[in-house]
Amino acid sequence: MAHEPHSHSEPSHADHASMGEVHEHPTWKQYKWVALILTVITVIEVWVYYIPSFVESRLFVPALLSMSAVKFAIVVAYYMHLKYDHKLFRALFTGPLIIAILTLIVLLFLFGHLAISAG
Amino acid sequence: MATTAVAGHGHPPTTTGLDHRKVAIWAFIGSECMLFTSLISTYLIYKGRSVTGPFPHKACSPPQCPTELKAILDIPVTSISTFVLLMSSLAMVLALAAVENKDKPGWAGTGWWAGVLESSKFWLMATAILGATFLGFQAYEFTSFVHEGLTIRTNLFGSTFFTLTGFHGAHVTVGVLWLLTLYAIDVRRGLGPKDALIVDISALYWHFVDVVWIAIFTLVYLIR
Repeated sequence: MAHEPHSHSEPSHADHASMGEVHEHPTWKQYKWVALILTVITVIEVWVYYIPSFVESRLFVPALLSMSAVKFAIVVAYYMHLKYDHKLFRALFTGPLIIAILTLIVLLFLFGHLAISAG
Repeated sequence: MATTAVAGHGHPPTTTGLDHRKVAIWAFIGSECMLFTSLISTYLIYKGRSVTGPFPHKACSPPQCPTELKAILDIPVTSISTFVLLMSSLAMVLALAAVENKDKPGWAGTGWWAGVLESSKFWLMATAILGATFLGFQAYEFTSFVHEGLTIRTNLFGSTFFTLTGFHGAHVTVGVLWLLTLYAIDVRRGLGPKDALIVDISALYWHFVDVVWIAIFTLVYLIR
């Protein structure tokens, strides 16, 4: 069988599907909505930064962290296709991420940026 | 069987049935998560512990600073650069979609916009240009900080800030060079569905650079 110049080094699209790598990806319209949602969240993040009363409140940091986490999850799930991809890829990403976040939290406790109230 | 199909195209069968290159890029991204979290941890640990100015979110007056200095972070400019990087991620997924569907003319519909959507060259170049624009914003920011008296040796904020954002900028630079290489390949021989994996791998790297910036923008720029 005659092969194209790169067929030896690059598997075809059908091969990717058979390897569980390419599933139905979002469409252009879905990508457009994802981009819009990311933009809106970014605008809200910057907007709350300029509201002094909100910055002083206890909600400021949790609100920003939540919005950032949502943006992070949306990009990973839809743009990086982790929602549609093989579970091994999910494990390879979330495993180190969880270890890293837990290390960050422990370090913040260790250096006194976070504290647990005893009473 | 999956592995049979792979072996038929010259790839050795894998125990997972997955392409090694894609497993490798995800493992690499996992390790990069740890690298950037260590840099972010260092920034957060030293946050607010600089003895001398300039400071990120508050003005600095003598004797802490030789002269009166305003808060050094420029949120409006950084917000625009953040938006640019987010849009580059959109351009990247559209580049991948264009490559994956190259053998299906008309997959994006009809009209001029469909023609644009089907052009992988356009989206690859758009992603590279948006990435380069982000780097331009970063160069402007670094230059203005140096002019205002903040270098990597000035204080703890300067050391941790330049290290963290500098590492990120280096990653963006690598991503832009990678995208330009793909663009050159596309111009020279054309990228098609058989090349979807190499574009997918570069896209994963590019989106990772984007999600790192999402974290940096919030933790460094917005949280005071």
